[in-house]
Amino acid sequence: MRVSALAVSVAATIGLAAGQGPAAAYTVYVSNEKGNSITVLDSTTLEVLETIPVGMRPRGIILTNDDKHLLICASDEDTVQVLDVNSHEIVGDLPSGPDPELLDLHPSGSPVYVANEDDNLLTVIDLADKKVLAEVEVGVEPEGVGASPDGKTVVVTSETTNMAHFIDTESYEITDNVLVGSRPRFAEFTSDGTRLWVTSEVAGVLSVIDAKTRKIIKVIGFAIPGVQPEHIQPVGVRVTKDGSKAFVALGPANRVAVIDAKTLEVEKYLLVGQRVWQLAFTPDEKQLFVTNGNSNDVSVIDVPSLTVVKSIPVGTAPWGVAISRQ
Amino acid sequence: MSLGFREQFRCSVCILLLLLSLAAPLPGRAETEGEGETTPPPPADGALTTVPIGYLKQEVKKVIPLSRLNVEPEDAGIAGAEIALKDNNTTGRFTKQQFTLDVERVPVDGDAIKALETLVESGHHFVLVDAPAATLLQLADAVKGKDVLLFNVRATDENLRQEDCRANVLHTAPDRAMLADALAQYLVWKKWQRWLVVKGVFPEDLAYLDMLRRAAKRFGGTIVEEREYKETPGARRSDTGQQQIQQQMPLLTQGAPAYDVVVVADEKEVFGPYLPYRTWDARPVAGTAGLQAMSWHPAHEQWGATQMQNRFQRAEKRFMLPLDYQAWVAVRAVGEGVSRVGADFAKANTFLRSDEFGLAAFKGQKVTFRRWDGQLRQPILVAAPDLPVSTSPQEGFLHEHAEVDTLGIDQPESKCKLQ
Repeated sequence: MRVSALAVSVAATIGLAAGQGPAAAYTVYVSNEKGNSITVLDSTTLEVLETIPVGMRPRGIILTNDDKHLLICASDEDTVQVLDVNSHEIVGDLPSGPDPELLDLHPSGSPVYVANEDDNLLTVIDLADKKVLAEVEVGVEPEGVGASPDGKTVVVTSETTNMAHFIDTESYEITDNVLVGSRPRFAEFTSDGTRLWVTSEVAGVLSVIDAKTRKIIKVIGFAIPGVQPEHIQPVGVRVTKDGSKAFVALGPANRVAVIDAKTLEVEKYLLVGQRVWQLAFTPDEKQLFVTNGNSNDVSVIDVPSLTVVKSIPVGTAPWGVAISRQ
Repeated sequence: MSLGFREQFRCSVCILLLLLSLAAPLPGRAETEGEGETTPPPPADGALTTVPIGYLKQEVKKVIPLSRLNVEPEDAGIAGAEIALKDNNTTGRFTKQQFTLDVERVPVDGDAIKALETLVESGHHFVLVDAPAATLLQLADAVKGKDVLLFNVRATDENLRQEDCRANVLHTAPDRAMLADALAQYLVWKKWQRWLVVKGVFPEDLAYLDMLRRAAKRFGGTIVEEREYKETPGARRSDTGQQQIQQQMPLLTQGAPAYDVVVVADEKEVFGPYLPYRTWDARPVAGTAGLQAMSWHPAHEQWGATQMQNRFQRAEKRFMLPLDYQAWVAVRAVGEGVSRVGADFAKANTFLRSDEFGLAAFKGQKVTFRRWDGQLRQPILVAAPDLPVSTSPQEGFLHEHAEVDTLGIDQPESKCKLQ
């Protein structure tokens, strides 16, 4: 990996020399799965501001709509912790049920939908009174959670059942099950709500599903010269708000794939750190932060130029990432 | 990171495989429904399709292992199949498919063929066989030509994948070649290339030793000497204590040519576990004792295995063992096949052996069946008693198609003619 580290640092130098620093400053939160901590980064200086100790095995994280709290799936404590982003104190817990892994919010800000990987459940929790509104039985090892922009549907992917379950957010009934490639890990609606993107880690593919008909539009595969197919394991995916581009973390392939979200063709592969898990845009979508679980760092991608500009060391085994507007 | 011919070739193969795995009529973009995934035809009346799975366990007379930690639980294997059955049925709720598991235990000297016939007559097309190699062969031949697929969940014997391979058997148990290769790759990676072999007297020990010799040759190990432990198994426990062993093991390993690691071939656990910490020289022990290659370890937690271990332990109140995993994979393979192409035997049987099949089985990559001998292609754990140490294939052992095929009998050297 010496070569890639060099490439990254060269790219960083070029990037900074070209004066591509973003205008707005945002705060980036990264969960360190083995470090039992949250690393706080500044999106402008790309420096670590602070490391906050949290519960055991923090994985999926998300900011509340007001950006005041960070919700942290503390998987080994069977709870979702609520971190006050100003005081850096844990100010509460959500009754998530066992082994929470990933979560998403209703567009209105509440409830929060949590996948309980160990219990084949989706737990729905009201954020105001921290009460469980519903538990929906889904397939084996639920993981990815994505709420539709209109708030009417939440999708859960189950890793051993290999399905994307579409759940009605009012009746909590499963309305459709779409069989996808092996070990689906992440579900993301496009911001216009027309499509759902689901990654399949073990099958090494990504399925783009029509959100209305619930049929697969296309299965996108990946091929990287010099990388064996079994190392291509898509996990996190993010689509730009304008629906033009998608970025997919490819796990131990150590690449982020850039996809033209309109033609659904892969455009480019960006070399990042080892075992890339999750990714998040800054609110202006000029930067993309990606977590590299095996190299204990975060890669920063400059979105307009599609270049990796820096890698920032964080805690042990970084996993989730969320970015605040402040 | 240079891009040689091999990589390019490999890449064109992987693109081809990808296209095949998409199973679409056209590889291009198409706004057609269901592209990429085959969905099973739902039953016309919306009723449940039931898929019965059999588990045939041939009881055998066993030598009691040296360590009471290694006494095999009564339900070893069966428990793994039960958990997979639950997993299949959770999925089945959405696909309107129901799986059942029926266990036939055949006593020592019992009639295994009759037990299999009972299962087959009651509609079991998929049967896990937990039996010695000879019994498995008899069973495979007894149902030849019928709509029956057997899963070998226990036997590691090479001949079942080579000259005695059968078209109606898939092997979820790794064979001795895979286990020896997985261990050898790690030892060579570690630069522990000089091996002092200590072997037992049983045919199984010699069969494993053969695979160790093969692995040494393939990956660059050297067996500096082979020594035999001649004592026949007596009483496992005695009140006399450990003084004798403490004297015996140093003597057994004294005066060896320079070596890096003791490699034990003692499948029945007659003396192997006595070796660690008792060798004449301060050397690690590997093989059938100490550092071992295996399909599963109760403390394996990578690649989502934590969830598997948790739900197994919750349900079965014990740790999950390799045999449980091998049975889990077999039942899950049936579930995966039926969820993708439906319960029709011919379709499911073909699908399991096809490029479209791939099972997520907590090994960091999909597991599939080798076309040339029906062996499950899977990464192998290399583990110490408390924790896994590594997973093979190791970095640097290259293969033109898939690194995992550096473990075991690869296509060019296969003697198997499936029929």
